[in-house]
Amino acid sequence: MELKTRYLGLDLKHPIIASPSPIPHNIDGIRRLEDAGAAAIELFSLFEEQIRYESESFDYFDSISSNTFAESLSFFPKMEDFKAGPDEYLNLIRKATEMCEVPIIASLNATTSEGWDDFARQMEQAGAKAIELNAYYIPTIDQSSHAVEQRYVDMVSVVRNAVSIPIAVKLPPFFSSMGDMAMRLAGAGANSLVLFNRLYQPDFDLANLDVTPALELSTPHEIRLPLLWIANLYGHVPCNLAGTTGVHSGKDAVKYILAGADVAMSTSALLKNGTGYLQTIIDEFVLWGEERGYESVNQMRGAMSKKNVLDPSAFDRANYVKVLQSFLPKRDLQVRQGRWDPI
Amino acid sequence: MSQTTEAPEAVSVNVATIDGNEAAAYVAYRVNEVCSIYPITPSSTMAELADQWASEGKRNIWGEIPDVVEMQSEAGAAGTVHGSLQAGSLTTTFTASQGLLLMIPNMYKIAGELTPCVIHVAARAIATQGLSIFGDHQDVMAARSTGFAQLSSGSVQEAHDMALIAQAATLESRLPFMHFFDGFRTSHEVMKVELLPDETIREMIDEELVIAHRNRGLNPDRPFIRGTAQNPDVYFQSREAASIYYQKCPEVVEKVMEKFSQLTGRTYRLFDYFGSPTADRVIVLMGSGADTVRETVDYLNENGYNVGVLQVHLFRPFAGEKLLAALPKTVKHIAVLDRTKEPGANGEPLYADVIGAIFEATANGTSPFAQMPKVLGGRYGLSSKEFNPAMVKAVFDELVKPAPKNHFTVGILDDVTHLSLDVDTSFEIEPDDVHRAIFYGLGADGTVGANKNTIKIIGEDPRFYAQGYFLYDSKKSGSQTISHLRFGPRPIRSPYLISKAQFVACHQFNFVHRTDVLKPAAVGGTFLLNSPYPADEVWAQLPRIMQEQIIEKKLKFYVIDASKVAREVGMGNRTNTIMQTCFFAISGVLPRDQAIEQIKYSIKKTYGKKGDEIVRKNFEAVDGTIANLFEVQVPTTMSSKQELRAPVAAEAPDFVQRVTARIIAGEGDLLPVSQVPIDGTYPSGTSRWEKRNIAEFIPEWDEELCIQCGNCSFVCPHGVIRTRLFHKEMLEGAPEGFKSAEIDAKGFPDTLYTLQVYAEDCTGCTLCYEACPVRDKTKVGRRAINMIPKENEVIEAAQCHNKYFETIPVNDRAAVDFSSVRGSQFLEPLFEFSGACAGCGETPYLKLLSQLFGDRMLVANATGCSSIYGANLPTTPWSINHEGRGPAWSNSLFEDNAEFGLGMRVSSDRHRASAERILKAMANQVGVGLVDDILTSPQRVESDIRRQRARVQELKDKLVQIGTLEAKMLLAVADSLVRRSVWIVGGDGWAYDIGSGGLDHVLATGRNVNILVMDTEVYSNTGGQASKSTPLAAVAKFANGGKQVNKKDLALQAIAYGNVYVARVAFGANPQQTLTAFREAEAYDGPSLILAYSHCIAHGINMERGLDQQNLAVHSGYWPLLRYNPEVRQSGENPFILDSARPNLKFKDFSDNELRFRMLKQTNPAAVDRMMESAQAGINRRFKLYEEMAEVK
Repeated sequence: MELKTRYLGLDLKHPIIASPSPIPHNIDGIRRLEDAGAAAIELFSLFEEQIRYESESFDYFDSISSNTFAESLSFFPKMEDFKAGPDEYLNLIRKATEMCEVPIIASLNATTSEGWDDFARQMEQAGAKAIELNAYYIPTIDQSSHAVEQRYVDMVSVVRNAVSIPIAVKLPPFFSSMGDMAMRLAGAGANSLVLFNRLYQPDFDLANLDVTPALELSTPHEIRLPLLWIANLYGHVPCNLAGTTGVHSGKDAVKYILAGADVAMSTSALLKNGTGYLQTIIDEFVLWGEERGYESVNQMRGAMSKKNVLDPSAFDRANYVKVLQSFLPKRDLQVRQGRWDPI
Repeated sequence: MSQTTEAPEAVSVNVATIDGNEAAAYVAYRVNEVCSIYPITPSSTMAELADQWASEGKRNIWGEIPDVVEMQSEAGAAGTVHGSLQAGSLTTTFTASQGLLLMIPNMYKIAGELTPCVIHVAARAIATQGLSIFGDHQDVMAARSTGFAQLSSGSVQEAHDMALIAQAATLESRLPFMHFFDGFRTSHEVMKVELLPDETIREMIDEELVIAHRNRGLNPDRPFIRGTAQNPDVYFQSREAASIYYQKCPEVVEKVMEKFSQLTGRTYRLFDYFGSPTADRVIVLMGSGADTVRETVDYLNENGYNVGVLQVHLFRPFAGEKLLAALPKTVKHIAVLDRTKEPGANGEPLYADVIGAIFEATANGTSPFAQMPKVLGGRYGLSSKEFNPAMVKAVFDELVKPAPKNHFTVGILDDVTHLSLDVDTSFEIEPDDVHRAIFYGLGADGTVGANKNTIKIIGEDPRFYAQGYFLYDSKKSGSQTISHLRFGPRPIRSPYLISKAQFVACHQFNFVHRTDVLKPAAVGGTFLLNSPYPADEVWAQLPRIMQEQIIEKKLKFYVIDASKVAREVGMGNRTNTIMQTCFFAISGVLPRDQAIEQIKYSIKKTYGKKGDEIVRKNFEAVDGTIANLFEVQVPTTMSSKQELRAPVAAEAPDFVQRVTARIIAGEGDLLPVSQVPIDGTYPSGTSRWEKRNIAEFIPEWDEELCIQCGNCSFVCPHGVIRTRLFHKEMLEGAPEGFKSAEIDAKGFPDTLYTLQVYAEDCTGCTLCYEACPVRDKTKVGRRAINMIPKENEVIEAAQCHNKYFETIPVNDRAAVDFSSVRGSQFLEPLFEFSGACAGCGETPYLKLLSQLFGDRMLVANATGCSSIYGANLPTTPWSINHEGRGPAWSNSLFEDNAEFGLGMRVSSDRHRASAERILKAMANQVGVGLVDDILTSPQRVESDIRRQRARVQELKDKLVQIGTLEAKMLLAVADSLVRRSVWIVGGDGWAYDIGSGGLDHVLATGRNVNILVMDTEVYSNTGGQASKSTPLAAVAKFANGGKQVNKKDLALQAIAYGNVYVARVAFGANPQQTLTAFREAEAYDGPSLILAYSHCIAHGINMERGLDQQNLAVHSGYWPLLRYNPEVRQSGENPFILDSARPNLKFKDFSDNELRFRMLKQTNPAAVDRMMESAQAGINRRFKLYEEMAEVK
């Protein structure tokens, strides 16, 4: 089966990518992913928040403890040149692009316009082949949906103006009109939409009555939501689509490609089973495709998208109606193709 | 008036605004290869700068980066200096005070070996009746016999210049030099100075002499020995063999000064005379005081006087004839001012040298004077006591009185010897074209930093000279800072505090009720107040004394709600940029627009690298300032009836009213000699009178939710939370709102439990809340003790309830359960309300000690944080219980603390032995039964001890009746019959470094002493220098790139003795184990060592998370808990008990929360991964070893 894939204008040897995780935290981890067969490697996200936290915390501790008591006018060595910045990350990009054959995609989670602009530029300069904008935030209670949506669009515009390399946008699933958002983002300059971001959701510690952080690895069934939307969007948005979350086997990757994704990404499975597991996923993917007689990935792509599938209503009612079995003749169903469910 | 939007044209790169320490270190760094140091205030900065520059890769004039080595003590540093010199390297050190004293033996050697070297001393007072970090010449005078040449600088510029002159002179003369300048007054004064370019420095250093120095060094290719033992036949001649070098030295220095003058245009002489060439009165002195006298001399000479000043630069070797030659021949009266005291001597050193020179010249017939001048000696300025123009005038006036005082003092009121001079405090000479500004700030609010920045900004304008001097508080939290700034068109030579300021700013509103902020305000000046009240409401909030002065002095009065502005632009509570902008806007020093542009330019420079966001916020703050700055329309009459808060309550004891209160009120300078203790003995229990009220939020007890576990009280660093049991009868007299609850235990009928919060003493650290295990089921986040805003009603209620609480009987020590956390908290804390940082990790240990053993405890306290919060005047937290007993506490030095405590043990045991002997001899008179009971009482448990107390009291009563000499002798030592507990306490700086030799020896004596090391893993008191306790990978001063070596395992070293009780505790992780260890240690009849983990602000943590960090430290294996109890061996068990479970967290889980570890990514990015891995591996290794020793399966 011909595996070559084009994603974000990059030529990939196959459609399976290693998505951001702690693994590509250093050059060692990146090499291991390459050795395991990743077609491209996405670095962990650079968080503007983290950088600002470092910078502000240094500033805070420096000032709160200084010039208070005559014997200890300061507590830490002076760092005149201190600049909490992405240097480490940029160095990693540089080193990785030098040492690896496969494309390195940087990932950015900024919070301010300046942050998106500044860091994206620096990543491009450091040699990143593309940037994934890892944007998620929890809107406050008084923000309108319009404001929320505009924020995402603005983010893409800012980065589009700043860099010439391709931009992927990793989205959360909570938009009222996913299709509209997808079009607007593509219009603002996104070259790919990555579905979906898994948001940090705290848990309650009942013993201590405490709100505690909780980050768990994805489970296979989490594939369903992004699968649904990729299938819906395929053929309608003028940009790539990428499926992320819930890829725990080659078959999961198959599902995404069939839905219409250009690439499928895996993280949790690798964290759980080791980087070598990536090869297992690739092998499974290839095996399935060859067994079915597909000649190429391109042929697979979108075969089960809403556009192409016989009964698209399966996607419209999120399967509810299908369970009840459609009473309409097939021809009537076909007439309904291409129309969003009005109810 | 220029309206540029940029900085004024770039000033010459050779000008900088720095302090004396930086000025000296700048040169020292460039002309040395090795710096071997030990930190001590006020010299530490020199060493820290050297270390910082070395880590930045800055090079000396030979293109190399000097080695900076931190030693375990100054004695060690001096040894390393000596060794490095002996091996032929150019070596230096920086020190002061006690540190200099520790170097004396090596200084004799270095001088005896005629080895060139310059050491730089920020001259500081010596600890005598009390310790002082402040400046005078006692230390350098104590070292004057070592044979070192001594060169004095009197200003920041001189500190810079003389450093180079000394270096050139030492190479040529072969005499080692001590270059000194006044601690704080010069070392910490910020001034605009001209920097010496590297070319000039190179020109001054003769490379041939450097080669000669190398050639004299130890080298196996041309071996020799140095350091022989000499006998009566040759020692004396050998001593004299160097004399000729001392004779030649003054001329060498003159030559060097001449060359310096040619290169720089700045001329110095061995003795510099200023003033009237025909003066009849001259003051001779050295140091910063000379500038004050010089300024006063100029003024006086314009007003009818005929006076002069002779500034001494080269004190040793003392060139008497040159001094005489420098004086005007007309002089008839000389006052020699010494900034030191030599008790018992016939005058202080400089005085003795001057009269010696005059006498010799007169006797030889070589005197330049027609008549021998009358010379008086006087002392001034000890411990940075102010020395101002009024005092100078007093000295000049004294000289011509009919019966002038000799060996006088000036600057104090000595009503015992009556040798102090009267000073006319209204005498002022400061000109109007020098702008003087005073700023009152709260430590950590950024005021001082902003002022240093202001000085830089104004100093960069070539039209201006600028000076800054900063006063700090004796407390480590809630402390007040006072900045004195001067700006003028001429070089500023006024090293004294401002007494009339044209601009006064108060950056914390609550100061107005405690301090007479406007006392130094000049008539017609400006007053700026950071006020939460708007311009039309603030007047009514001011105290009478402030309204009075605003009106009488016709002050322009401005207010700004800086906190509000800061919040609005998203800067939290950082008000410094805002207040700084106000100063520029209204002081008129620079034109407003130019000033604003300058501030913005400076902001961009300072914060540019940290991101546009921060720059933007600061710009917004600047713009927001102008919009929110309002002038107050001052009424013509006063309306306030508010007086300043009394420093102490009216019921305070006599000493507290007479002395302590004056110091608290800032009037300590006015205390006459008769009022202060003659021998440094101060009463205990004074902190309870201070009532600092520094917390905005204080805890409130929820008696219904509370499970009475005692944790909050246990962890409270300031002893603010007290618990007590009482009979419910007592509730009848209780004031309204007095909280109590049924006791949460069986077997105590009719008993209630109360918990009191001493609101006015609380620092708001929130550790009580963090420690509380209770969770409110309905309002998550609430516990049984919660922080509430400290409104006036809250304070009033607390005062009322606390008062009633104090009438409830203290729970009987014999009935309290010492073994539980809860029980322990019914014991009176005898360590309360210290000046430690909010949330301090050390003080809970001391408080616990005082609760368990305070009424029979002697404490030897090492110098460090604990001696500062323990006894930095005006108050001490060590206090007295309801029976009049309490910890007997003393601080000796830093290096000798273990030995000091051992001395207390030996003495106590000695007294006990004497008491027993006399008791036996007097058995018949006193009662055989009583004697027997006293002698055989085991005194292991508290009830035994209580009974013994009763017996001893009975004994004492009888002895008073008997009244013989023998009875009196026994009476004097009878108290030692109650078991004495000797505690040797201090930090890791003492225990791991400077005092480790003594500590080790004391452990080896086998005596019954208890040693508590409060381990913050760094030198906390002096600003975060690395100790041997600093862990691998932690960033600290002198470990910029992370500590390269693992932390010393003091526990294992002590365990190796086999007969030492050793424990590692962490109260934040396991208070019960801490309590158990303390009790076991004290009960053990032998040496005990407790290493107590103390979280600290120097770790770069959110202090509210201190307990969490302790917990993480333990659970990650970073700080394992253990007890090694030799007594257990008697029952055949393994004495090594590992109290913490195998680590279930990684080191990273702990270290990620601490700046001291996170910083490593910035300071040493290449090594951070490796070092963090090493640290984790080290932790794993050590835990495995401990498990093996504890035989854990």
